[in-house]
Amino acid sequence: MPVFDLSRTPLREFNSALHELPSGANDSVFEVDNPRGLHAVAVGIDTPVTVDVRGSVGYYCAGMNDGGTVTIHGSAGPGVAENMMSGKVVIEGDASQYAGATGHGGLLVIKGNAASRCGISMKGIDIVVHGNIGHMSAFMGQSGHLVVLGDAGDALGDSLYEAKLFVRGSVKSLGADCTEKPMRPEHLEKLAELLKKAGAEGVKPEEFKRYGSARQLYNFNIDNADAY
Amino acid sequence: MCGIVGLFLKDRALEPQLGQLLSDMLITMTDRGPDSAGIAIYGAATGGRAKVTVQSPDPAEDFDGLGEALKTAGLDAEVTVKSTHAVIAVATDQAHRIRTILAELRPAMRIMGSGDCVEIYKETGLPKDVVARFDVRSMQGSHGIGHTRMATESAVTTLGAHPFSTGADQCLVHNGSLSNHNNLRRELVREGIAFETQNDSEVAAAYITAEMAKGKDLGEALTGALDDLDGFFTFVVGTKSGFGVVRDPIACKPAVMAETDQYVAFGSEYRALVNLPGIETARVWEPEPATVYFWDHEKAA
Repeated sequence: MPVFDLSRTPLREFNSALHELPSGANDSVFEVDNPRGLHAVAVGIDTPVTVDVRGSVGYYCAGMNDGGTVTIHGSAGPGVAENMMSGKVVIEGDASQYAGATGHGGLLVIKGNAASRCGISMKGIDIVVHGNIGHMSAFMGQSGHLVVLGDAGDALGDSLYEAKLFVRGSVKSLGADCTEKPMRPEHLEKLAELLKKAGAEGVKPEEFKRYGSARQLYNFNIDNADAY
Repeated sequence: MCGIVGLFLKDRALEPQLGQLLSDMLITMTDRGPDSAGIAIYGAATGGRAKVTVQSPDPAEDFDGLGEALKTAGLDAEVTVKSTHAVIAVATDQAHRIRTILAELRPAMRIMGSGDCVEIYKETGLPKDVVARFDVRSMQGSHGIGHTRMATESAVTTLGAHPFSTGADQCLVHNGSLSNHNNLRRELVREGIAFETQNDSEVAAAYITAEMAKGKDLGEALTGALDDLDGFFTFVVGTKSGFGVVRDPIACKPAVMAETDQYVAFGSEYRALVNLPGIETARVWEPEPATVYFWDHEKAA
């Protein structure tokens, strides 16, 4: 297993090693030591590699991930797993703002808390946060699922399109055009699947409430002009 | 952008290393802003003397014979020159006279800050150069804050650099940009406050000074800032015995804090904190938006 100690090896060498893997390469396992808050660790993965990062990272870790499995054994700075296409990113600690922003696919699991703007403009990614999330999360979320085992901050799901939000704890406030919706069997089923994938044990789908778009704002209607 | 750092020591055994630790934290943040850098260090109070940090655009001229000139003007003062800055230790009961006397003796000189403990050093250039210029690594103290600037709102000058003094033994560093600073400056000018620059952060500092002059404590003044300042900000402030942090409600300017039995530390990014002793086991968290955090040596004692 290749091990990159980033206190000795330049980050670019590690990221290049990930990028140089030929398409169809056998599953490879990388370990990264001493990331010490560096930016852009393990960005641009496009093969099904496994990366274990031992420590906390700075901005944009695992950004644009397409097929990799990245585990951060620490906390992550802003923009972790930004624009993920597919694969899985797990953060054992906390995540800073805009975790999973604009993600098109894959699964992002945050074992601790996420700060503001978690899942902003999500476009198909599934995000499971074991702790709480900050304000303006899932802002303009277009599709995908955001599951929160703890509480949500202010303005959850503001200007939401069709992303589905599930919160187990309290919601400080809902954003414009976000509303609580009934939990139907297919939602409970999806939630059970996501909780299982995210390793959330002892938590029942029935404990969550579902939030989604009231669909009043995303097509312009002159009668709603005051709400924008 | 801009990078800001702060370190508040709980364990006195670390005090000899304050300048060293804070210098490394600030230098790590260099790529968040290379225009200018500054640092405020709270050292030990020298009994009976206040410290006034001054800066001169022409140090050779202004600092030459300054000590003698102050004595001739009737002040009991000692001058220590550090590059473009000098610290004047003046008898406490004479400290109120020094502004007027300096304005007459050395009109080009500017007061960076004053108080019993604080010394403020700031210049244009990279953090590593500013730290070396003022020999910050050798400085001891109980707490300090630092800033490296990427200018957005005003010119890259020494006076536009941070920290900004907000009153005796008080100073502030800012990451962000204020949008109502021109209006607020006009109001503060009407209240009699003088400004040196067109800088938005100077307005924030002056606002806090003005609120505290009306009787608020620092925590209350920072809470007021959340209502009265419009724009983006993460502030780190220092007082004689305390250290505070506040972020605007939108909180898009980054902030990370760490606490152990030995210290409370602030960094714009976690990178700034990784060399601190015991960081592996520290409690590390992101300060909440619109929440005032404050630590005080006197209140803790």
